[in-house]
Amino acid sequence: MEILWVLAIPLLGGVLLALFGCRRFAPELNSLMSFATLIAATALTIRVINDGPITALNEQFFVDSFNVFLVALTAFVGFTTSLFSRPYMRIEQDRGKLTVNMLRLYHSMYQLFSFTMLLALLTNNLGILWVAMEAATLTTVLLVSLYRTPASLEAAWKYFILCGVGIAQALFGTILLYFAAEKVLGAGGNALLWTHLNGVKGQLEPTVLSLAFVFLLVGYGTKVGLAPLHNWLPDAHAEGPTPISAVLSGLLLNVALYAVVRSKVLVDGALGNHFAGNLMMGFGLLSVVMAAFFLSRQKDVKRLFAYSSIEHMGLTTFAFGMGGPVATFAAMLHMTVHSLTKSAIFFAVGHATQKSGTQFIADIRGLIQTNPTIGWGLMIGSLAILGMPPFGVFASEFMILTTAMHSYPWTTPFLLVALGVAFAAIFGKVQTMVFGETTGQRLPHPPALLPVFAHLALVLLLGVYIPPYLANWYRQAVALLG
Amino acid sequence: MNLSALLFQLLQDTLVVLAAPLLLGWVNQCRAWLQNRSGAGVLQPYRKLIKLFHKDAVLAHNASPLFRFMPYILFACMWLAAALVPVLATDLPLSPAVDVIALVGIFALARVFISLAAMDIGTAFGTLGARREMLVGFLAEPALLMVFFTASVISHSTSLITIVETLAHTQFVLYPSLAFAAVAFVMVLLAENARIPVDNPSTHLELTMIHEAMILEYSARHLALIEWASALKLLAYITIGIALFLPWGIAAADHWSALPIALVALFVKLTAAGAGLALLETLSAKMRIFRVPEFMGTAFLLAVLGMLTHFLLGS
Amino acid sequence: MTDFSGQIINLCAALLLLVAFGMLSQRRVLSLINLFAAQGLILTISTAVVAYSSHQSHLYYSAALTLVLKVILLPWILHRLIRKLNVKWDIETLFNIPATMLIGIVLVIFAFNLAAPISQMAGTITKSTLGIAMASVLLSFLMMITRSKAVPQVIGFLAMENGLFFAATSATYGMPMVVELGIALDVLVGMFILGIFFFQIRETFDSLDLKHMEKLKED
Repeated sequence: MEILWVLAIPLLGGVLLALFGCRRFAPELNSLMSFATLIAATALTIRVINDGPITALNEQFFVDSFNVFLVALTAFVGFTTSLFSRPYMRIEQDRGKLTVNMLRLYHSMYQLFSFTMLLALLTNNLGILWVAMEAATLTTVLLVSLYRTPASLEAAWKYFILCGVGIAQALFGTILLYFAAEKVLGAGGNALLWTHLNGVKGQLEPTVLSLAFVFLLVGYGTKVGLAPLHNWLPDAHAEGPTPISAVLSGLLLNVALYAVVRSKVLVDGALGNHFAGNLMMGFGLLSVVMAAFFLSRQKDVKRLFAYSSIEHMGLTTFAFGMGGPVATFAAMLHMTVHSLTKSAIFFAVGHATQKSGTQFIADIRGLIQTNPTIGWGLMIGSLAILGMPPFGVFASEFMILTTAMHSYPWTTPFLLVALGVAFAAIFGKVQTMVFGETTGQRLPHPPALLPVFAHLALVLLLGVYIPPYLANWYRQAVALLG
Repeated sequence: MNLSALLFQLLQDTLVVLAAPLLLGWVNQCRAWLQNRSGAGVLQPYRKLIKLFHKDAVLAHNASPLFRFMPYILFACMWLAAALVPVLATDLPLSPAVDVIALVGIFALARVFISLAAMDIGTAFGTLGARREMLVGFLAEPALLMVFFTASVISHSTSLITIVETLAHTQFVLYPSLAFAAVAFVMVLLAENARIPVDNPSTHLELTMIHEAMILEYSARHLALIEWASALKLLAYITIGIALFLPWGIAAADHWSALPIALVALFVKLTAAGAGLALLETLSAKMRIFRVPEFMGTAFLLAVLGMLTHFLLGS
Repeated sequence: MTDFSGQIINLCAALLLLVAFGMLSQRRVLSLINLFAAQGLILTISTAVVAYSSHQSHLYYSAALTLVLKVILLPWILHRLIRKLNVKWDIETLFNIPATMLIGIVLVIFAFNLAAPISQMAGTITKSTLGIAMASVLLSFLMMITRSKAVPQVIGFLAMENGLFFAATSATYGMPMVVELGIALDVLVGMFILGIFFFQIRETFDSLDLKHMEKLKED
C-alpha cells in the first residue's frame, strides 16, 4: 500500500503542477508534494524495517533493504532540493531568465522525474526498470535545456543522444537477460521479475548472462557517468538549472548504479566467478582516475563538481565491483553520503553563482564576506566531499581504500593518487571562491540554506556515528548482494 | 552425349544469337513507351544491323590488325557466353564448361580486347572510354564473382548447371542471401551493359559516355558486330540472372516434351526482365562518373552481405 | 509450415539488414524517412509471422503497435517536421560513404561472431536472426556517429530501437506486453521531445547542423 502512495504522490504532483504550475504558489506546491512523498517513503521504510522485504501488486513491486534505503534517500533529497529550488527559481524568474511557462514545465517535470526514479527503484520487473530509466532521461532532457541558451541546448542534445544510445544498449542487455531467463522460467511476465530471477540465478546460461551484463553495464553505466561514457554529464550539470544538477548528481546517478548492481547479483549467481566485479572495478577505477585529472582543468564551478560526481560514482562502482561485506557496506554508505554532500554543495554553488552572476570560478570571489552561510556551506561541503574526517565520506572512502589495499593492492596507488589530485584541485579552487575580495550582489529572495546544513549535519553524523538500525539495514543489504 | 542433347545445344546457340537484338529492341521499345514516345518498334535493332552490314567499312590509316579483329573476338566471346548459360535445358554438351568463374573470365577477355582496340587508334575519346571501362570493370568483376559465390555456397559448386539444378529442382526454399545477391547482380548488370544510371547507351556526351567512347572509330560491319555483341552480352547477363534467381521452368534434361514449356517460360521471363530493365532505367537518373565507384562498391558490399547472411542464417 | 515461416523471418531479417545498409548509404533525408518506414513494415511482417507460427497472441498486439507507431505515426511526424523545418537537402556525412559501408561490413561480421554462440542456444524458430538484429543495431549506431545533422541522427536512433525490437521478437518471441508498451511509450514521448528540440535548435542556431554545437568541450 505504501508503495502505491510513494509512486502516486509524485505522479499526481506532476499532473497538478502541469495544471497549476504557472501560479504563484507553484514552488510551495512542489515542496508540499515532495514532502508528502517523503512521508510515504518514510512509512514504507518503517514497514520494511519491521516486516522485512515485501512485494506488492502481483509481485510487480519489490522492496528489500537494498532499495528501501535508496527510496528514502531519493525522497529526502527530492524534498530538500524542492526547498532549495523555491527561492532559487524565484530569483531566476525575477532576473528574467525564465518565463512562467518554463517554470510550469520545470515543476511538473521535477515531480515526474521523482516518479520515474522511484518507479525504477521500486519495480521488480527489469523491463520496467529500463522503461523508468529511459523516462527519467526524457523528463530531465527538457530541464537541462530549460534556459534555451545555445550551450544548454547543446548540453541537452548531447545528454539525450548519449544517454539514449547508452540506454538502448541496456535494453539489449535486458533482452538478452530475458532470453536466458525464459529458458528457465518460461515465457511471460514472470521471467523478468528480479525476485524470480534471483531464485534461479544459478541455472541461467552463463555465456548469455555475461554478454548481457556487458551491455547492461555499458548502458546503465552511461547514466552513472562512468568513463569513457561520461561526456554528457559535465555539460548537463553545468547548463541545467542548479536544482536539477543537484538531483542528477545526488539521485539519478545512484538509481542507474542501482540498476547495475541488481544485474550484477544475477550475473554473479549465474557465472560463479568475478567477471562482473572485474568489469565494474575496471570502469570504476578508470572513472576515478580520469575525473581526478580533469578536475584541475575546470573553469566552471558546476562542471568542477560534476567531475567530482564522476569520480565518486567511479569509486562506488569500484567498491561494488570488489564485493565482499566491507566493500559493499562502504559502497552503500558512500552512495548515501555522496548524495547528501553533493546535493548540499550544489545548493551552495547555486546561490553562489546567483550572487556573482557567473559560473566561472575565476569570477567568484569572497563568498564568506557577503554571505557567510553560503561561503561556509560551500567550504564545509567541499571539505566533506574531499573525504576530510570526521565526515561520512571519510568513513566510506577509508573502508573502500582498506579493502582495496587488502584484496587488490595494485589499485591502491591509483586510488590514492587520484584522491590526492582531486583534493588539490577542488580545495584550491574552492578556497579562492570562498575567501578574498567580494564581487557579489544582493539576492532578491533569501537563500535557502537550511537544506545545505541539514545535509552536511547528516553527513557529519554518518561519519562519527552510524545509527544501529541504519547499520543493520546496510548489513541486510550486504547479505543480499553477497 | 547423344544426338538430342547436341540438337538442344545447337537450338540454344541459334536462338540466343537471333533473339539478342530482339531483346534489345524490346527494352528500347519499353523505354519509349515509358517516356510517352511511340518508339521504333522491337525490330529496329535488326534493321540497324542490316544497314550497317551493307555499308563499307572505314578504318583509320594507323589502325593495327588488333583493331580490325576486335569485333570478331568480341562477338565470339559474347556468343560463347550466351550459349553457355543454361537457358532452355541443363543437360547440354557444353555444360561441363559452364563454370561461373570461366564465365567471368570470358567477359574479362572481351573487356581487355575492346579496351585495347579503343586505345589502338590513339584518339582521346578511345583512351578515355577505355580508362572508364576498366574502372567500371575492375569494380564490377569482384561484385559479380561474389554474387556467383553466394549462389555457389548454396549448391556447393561453381558450375552454373549444378547451381540451377539445385535451385530449380529441389523443394522451394527462400534464400535471403540470394535477395542480396540479386540486388547486387542487377547493379552489376546495369554497369556492365552500359545502362543508366552508369552509362547512357543513347548519347554521345563526352563527359559521361563510357562504352560509346570506345567504339567511336568503328563503322559498318565492325560496328554491327559490336552492336550485336552488346545485345548478346545483355542477353547473357539477363539469362544468368534468370538462371540464378528465377530458374523455374527450365527443362530438366533433354526431353523434347519439356521444351515448349521451357521456351514459353524463357520468353515470359525475358519479356518481364526487359520491361523491368526499361522501367529501372527510366526511373533512375544518370549518375556522375565519380559516383560510379560508390555504386559498384555498394554492389560488392551487398554481395558480400549476401554471403555473410548465408553463413549466419545457415540455410 | 513452421519451416516456411522460419524462411520468411530469415528473409525479413536479411531485408532489415539491407535497409540498415540502405540508410547508411542514403544521402537524402526524405528517402531516409521512407527507409525507416520500410524497416517498420518489415518488422511488422516478421512480428506477425512469428506470432502466427508460435501462437503467441500477444505478439499480434505488438505487431499492430509497430504498424501504428513505426510505419504510420513516426514517419508522419518526421515528414511533418522536415516540412515545417524545411530541411530536405542532402545529408552531410562526416566520412565518405564507401568507407562507412566498409566499416559497416566489419561491424556485421563482429555482430555475427558475437551472436553465434547465443544463436545456438535459442530454441525459437528464428534463432539465427539475433546476429542480424545485433548487426542492425550496430549499423544504426554507426549512422548516428557519421551524420552531422540532427534529423538523420534521430532516425538512426529510432532505427536502433527497431533493431532492438527485432532482437526481442527474434530471440525471445517478444518481451512481456507491459514492457513493450512502456518501450513504445518512451519512444513516442522521446520523438515528441525531439520534435520540440528541433525547433529550439533551429531557433537558436538557425540551422539543424550539429557542427554548430561544439562549444562544450574540454579545453
